[in-house]
Amino acid sequence: MSESAVQVDTRHSGGTGEPLVQVENLKKYFPITGGVFQRRVGDVKAVDGVSFTINKGESFGLVGESGCGKSTIGRTLLRLNDKTDGSVHFEGQDLHKLSKSELRKMRTKMQIVFQDPFSSLNPRIKVGEAIGEALIDHGLVSRKDVKERVIETMKICGLADYHYDRFPHEFSGGQRQRIGIARALIMNPEFIVADEPVSALDVSIQAQIINLLSDLQSEKQLTYLFISHDLSVVEHLCNRVGVMYLGTMMEMAPTDELFSNPLHPYTKALMSAIPVPDPTLKRERIVLQGDIPSPANPPSGCKFHTRCPMASDICKEQVPEYRNVGNEHFVACHFA
Amino acid sequence: MAKDLVEFRNLETHFKTSAGTVKAVNDVSFSIREGETLCVVGESGCGKSVTAMSLMQLIESPPGKIVGGEIMFEGKDLLKLSKKEMSRLRGNEIAMIFQEPMSSLNPVFTIGKQITEPLLYHLTMTQKEAKARAIELITMVGIPRPEKIFDSYPHELSGGMRQRIMIAIALSCNPKLLIADEPTTALDVTIQAQILDLMRDIKTKMNTAIMMITHDLGVVAEMADFVVVMYAGKVIEEAPVLELFREPRHPYTQGLLKAKPIINQRQERLYSIPGQVPNPVDLGENCHFHDRCEFCMEICKVKAPPLRAHIDGHKTACWLYEEEGKAQ
Ligand SMILES: Nc1ncnc2c1ncn2[C@@H]1O[C@H](COP(=O)(O)OP(=O)(O)OP(=O)(O)O)[C@@H](O)[C@H]1O
Ligand SMILES: Nc1ncnc2c1ncn2[C@@H]1O[C@H](COP(=O)(O)OP(=O)(O)OP(=O)(O)O)[C@@H](O)[C@H]1O
Ligand code: SF4
Ligand SMILES: [Mg+2]
Ligand SMILES: [Mg+2]
Repeated sequence: MSESAVQVDTRHSGGTGEPLVQVENLKKYFPITGGVFQRRVGDVKAVDGVSFTINKGESFGLVGESGCGKSTIGRTLLRLNDKTDGSVHFEGQDLHKLSKSELRKMRTKMQIVFQDPFSSLNPRIKVGEAIGEALIDHGLVSRKDVKERVIETMKICGLADYHYDRFPHEFSGGQRQRIGIARALIMNPEFIVADEPVSALDVSIQAQIINLLSDLQSEKQLTYLFISHDLSVVEHLCNRVGVMYLGTMMEMAPTDELFSNPLHPYTKALMSAIPVPDPTLKRERIVLQGDIPSPANPPSGCKFHTRCPMASDICKEQVPEYRNVGNEHFVACHFA
Repeated sequence: MAKDLVEFRNLETHFKTSAGTVKAVNDVSFSIREGETLCVVGESGCGKSVTAMSLMQLIESPPGKIVGGEIMFEGKDLLKLSKKEMSRLRGNEIAMIFQEPMSSLNPVFTIGKQITEPLLYHLTMTQKEAKARAIELITMVGIPRPEKIFDSYPHELSGGMRQRIMIAIALSCNPKLLIADEPTTALDVTIQAQILDLMRDIKTKMNTAIMMITHDLGVVAEMADFVVVMYAGKVIEEAPVLELFREPRHPYTQGLLKAKPIINQRQERLYSIPGQVPNPVDLGENCHFHDRCEFCMEICKVKAPPLRAHIDGHKTACWLYEEEGKAQ
């Protein structure tokens, strides 16, 4: 991959360098209950000690295996569920220590685009009203002005004004996804957790939404945690990327650095599996062997060792140190 | 060439809404051959899922209704079958992976119950056999701790895990036709690759035909034998996959192929087709793409272009390739 290293960065520098979100050693465990008394018999370690910082105006990408804890990070980061350990600071304030009313005030600044748009929409509320709901709840716009704002936002998200009075089930999958995006953007937030926001969109509308997100980033210093499994989208939009595996950050680097010089064997496998839109090309994929381990009982040493093509004895025994190898490139692998 | 397994003939599916009739599927015809993978691509909202749901006869009615056409499956018109005959086919000979896994899994039943149900019903297995097979299926789609997952509820699973449960259910009865509506959108690329391999596998082993709806052109390039492109309820182009990528002919298809971000070829801005899809309630008798098309001619605004093969096996609905258009 290194032959592509010489490339001009077309994204703007990505932020002011001033931290907006600081995540430190974040853990979120879900209890597993069992037996007749439904006692706690173990934990699903969905997020197991993750740290990263997102600067103001930056777009931070989070990628990784399905079930590795990305959505859980997104939700815990916004305190949509409580944490098990660690901390999240937003604008210097410890989110999980705020009172209810302080949190409510903070909520307007932080929005989320949910991964599953259908289950986050009330089937009996017209989508126009659903999009404007939070504006009214927080008293940001009067009832009579809200419709105009909603329609304006719907339009920039590629929906039309005739969609206002329709109900969620009358929309296609991709249209519903745009409803979720409109709902977040209308609040004029400072920070958005976008959980697979373009996965159901056809490429042209996907391009339109990504251009929109990147415009908002440069015009309004909007900051994103962008969760996606589509690495070509991540490469395009994000300034920095973190790669997760089984609740742990395995690698993190500025986007160009990560794509031109992936160091972790899991990242390399991910990159080799990206489907290319060219039917004449047949590429060699790094196929990961073995079953995906359980987050309730993760492997010893390096969590990836059971599937890693490079694993040796040390990997089974010692947890590799997560370290900076230069160029703000962090990696946790004994051989990187 | 293999026999046709499915043939959509002039299918029309409409929805009655307060604003008027939405012609979600508007005179759609195409065939899926035995053992073939056919990918359907097209603008969000163009009728891909409704086409698939029409075949499954799972269109919610009202407001939806199949108002015209035939859907032939192994020579019989599915639309003429009784409810009972249809439900015997569904989940057995014809299986579908739905676009939104959360809304198609029942939140109050365990995963195990939902996987074993078709096994008990269609394959008349015993409880014990069904459970063993279910565990095997959960493992096959790459989910760890299958015994625990068997007893879990849908909300306890991640998005990608739910999607794979849907896939496991769909594969459980060895269908002749598998309809997969965006089957890998919630999956990371390594698991996506694994699922695509799995689908290729059952295709070669069981000669299963696959109708795959996806917006990921990378997946299309890897999986499809044949591609159908839809726009505003109509098929506007269809061709074998190599042909379509080499020579997309409809301006909409050309735009789609241009809009895909490609790894290591970053552009300042992504190309996106200008304009909006037309309101499906008042579609006229014209090319529905005309107000977004850079080649639009007078005839495009007043007359619908026919879907016609100008090259063997490659059909296009665009006036640019018709005598009437060339004259302009
Ligand atoms: N409410 C819950 N109860 C129990 N376990 C849960 C719950 N929510 C998530 N989990 C578990 O936590 C792990 C991480 O889930 P999460 O949804 O964060 O994954 P993800 O990385 O977003 O995956 P995907 O890419 O598939 O969406 C999974 O093993 C999941 O089963
Ligand atoms: N129950 C319904 N009532 C009214 N209109 C509907 C209903 N279901 C679907 N539609 C409309 O039918 C059209 C086709 O929808 P469909 O779900 O088939 O789109 P799609 O091609 O699958 O899009 P996507 O890629 O976004 O999933 C859309 O315009 C949608 O708004
Ligand atoms: S028929 Fe006309 S408007 Fe439609 S795609 Fe062809 S050239 Fe463009
Ligand atoms: Mg998720
Ligand atoms: Mg759909």
